[in-house]
Amino acid sequence: MKQKQTKFRVFFAAIFAALIAGCSSTPSGPEQEGAPVESRGGTPGSGVAGVATVTAGGVDSRGLPAVLTDAKSILSKRSVYFDYDSFEVKAEYKDLVTAHAKFLADNRQFKMLIQGNTDERGSREYNLALGQKRADAIKKMLALLGAREEQLESVSLGEEKPKNEGQNEAAWAENRRGDMLYTGEF
Amino acid sequence: MLRPLLNLCGLSLIAFGLLALLQTPARAELTIEITGAGANRIPLAIADFGGEPGLSRAITSVVRGDLERSGLFKMIDSGGAALTEASAPIYGDWKARGADALAAGSISASGDGRQEARFRLFDVNKQGVLAGSAFVTSTPMLRAAGHRIADAIYEKLIGEPGVFSTRIAYVVRGGAGRYELQIADADGQNAQAALISREPIISPTWSPDGSRLAYVSFENKKPVIFVHSLATGRRVVVANFKGSNSAPAWSPDGNKLAVVLSKDGGSQIFTVNADGSGVRRLTTSSGISTEPCFSPDGQFLYFTSDQGGSPQIYRIGVNGNDTQRVTFDGTYNVTPRISPDGRSMAFISRRDGSFRLAAMDLSSKQVQILTDSHKDESPSFAPNGRMILIATEMGGRGVLSAVSVDGRVKQRLSVSAGDVREPAWGPFARQAK
Repeated sequence: MKQKQTKFRVFFAAIFAALIAGCSSTPSGPEQEGAPVESRGGTPGSGVAGVATVTAGGVDSRGLPAVLTDAKSILSKRSVYFDYDSFEVKAEYKDLVTAHAKFLADNRQFKMLIQGNTDERGSREYNLALGQKRADAIKKMLALLGAREEQLESVSLGEEKPKNEGQNEAAWAENRRGDMLYTGEF
Repeated sequence: MLRPLLNLCGLSLIAFGLLALLQTPARAELTIEITGAGANRIPLAIADFGGEPGLSRAITSVVRGDLERSGLFKMIDSGGAALTEASAPIYGDWKARGADALAAGSISASGDGRQEARFRLFDVNKQGVLAGSAFVTSTPMLRAAGHRIADAIYEKLIGEPGVFSTRIAYVVRGGAGRYELQIADADGQNAQAALISREPIISPTWSPDGSRLAYVSFENKKPVIFVHSLATGRRVVVANFKGSNSAPAWSPDGNKLAVVLSKDGGSQIFTVNADGSGVRRLTTSSGISTEPCFSPDGQFLYFTSDQGGSPQIYRIGVNGNDTQRVTFDGTYNVTPRISPDGRSMAFISRRDGSFRLAAMDLSSKQVQILTDSHKDESPSFAPNGRMILIATEMGGRGVLSAVSVDGRVKQRLSVSAGDVREPAWGPFARQAK
């Protein structure tokens, strides 16, 4: 299965002839690693106005222990929802965040990516910054409850990856969210 | 194995390009409709260009289309009059049709397999020649020659450079999990994908020389800033620090970018060289500082911050001092973009729950709301400062709209299948003489 996937990826790359280099699946360090990654792709000089097409690569996914995926385990729940214009982790998510912090404390080899999200209203870049505030709030709580700083990375997807594409309060409430992803899921 | 495939792709692309151009009208990727026009439009007649019928028809339609879409001209029907740049127009006839200005031209083989496009612009009232030029062109560049003629006519009659030869960048979302960063001519033609990704792409912005785009890509499941050379497809990661990397803005000299990084906690503005080296922190506000934009003189950065409780626009010196608040009306003013002459600022303001394009005169601080839409985003100025390109929503779909700085002229640009968003108007083309 894995091999098949790999083959498919190579095939995909050949077709578009332009995979970018350096699609790391672990969070980058506190500073950029080494020299900036350069990648080449496309067909130089093709087309009238001289625009070469590049196809962006993806990220590999790996198997996770059942305790993180089993629906009966609290650790299979990964989302924290926020009120409008709020960055506060509500009391109802305390147990969930505590369970993840404990898992991370007990399993130092695991890393977590926390993705903050917002609803679609307003500027994309400002929303990206708002989503960062939500991810940071979750990260801070995880760190206070025992996870180590180097296990955690908080990032924002802003309004770009809505769970619900509707344009109403119920949809927006679903999108004001922080998601906790483990190594292999991002 | 890859190399022959690449070459094959290149050849077929060129062949396809030639084919597409020989067929007139060319397939429209983006369609542009005018939804508002200027108050005092100049009555202008453009006679059918002379020369080989297919080529001359194509170039005439490019020139007419460009000038008509600008909203600044009232196009006078030329009634199929046969006239070239070499003819002596019968001014009385054109005056009777209501034209103040008349353009005529031709396209002819220049002997080396290329074509020469010539035009002349006449002042109907003063009965004299206003301008004239010749452009050597090849069949695939025929539209480009038409845009240059339209630019010359525009500049002579309006008194500022035309932007018909410029390009725009924008992102098309074609269904879930398909994002394309496209580059098209300012008339929406010749759209080509610079980047295809399964994850979102936002905030494209042109380098001052028009050769590169900086943007934010989520292909690594987090926002990372790339600089992408359009001709080669070469990409450089400019910022991929721990946390989020976003909101790139070029310095006017093209050497640096202002970026927003969360690596030190919060979202703060830094500057970085275009190759990713030399990262320096600029803002140290509490809360959010984002959406930086350099003033054209390179001395200041305008940005959005919530340090006063609600998102407002501020200005800071490039050496990190002298922070001033710029917007005061309302509780949501974001995405500052400074006009090429440095005199006005386009931004998005929330009014009565709707997000609308606004412009501020930076000396008088006077604000004018330019649209009555609900979801305006991502303004960018045309390089001559006349129009502002924005993303907005119509019938639940993302469309682009160009609005003149006085709010009178409005154009809508839409793609038949998909959401269009995140527009960026490119700089003036560098023209080889």
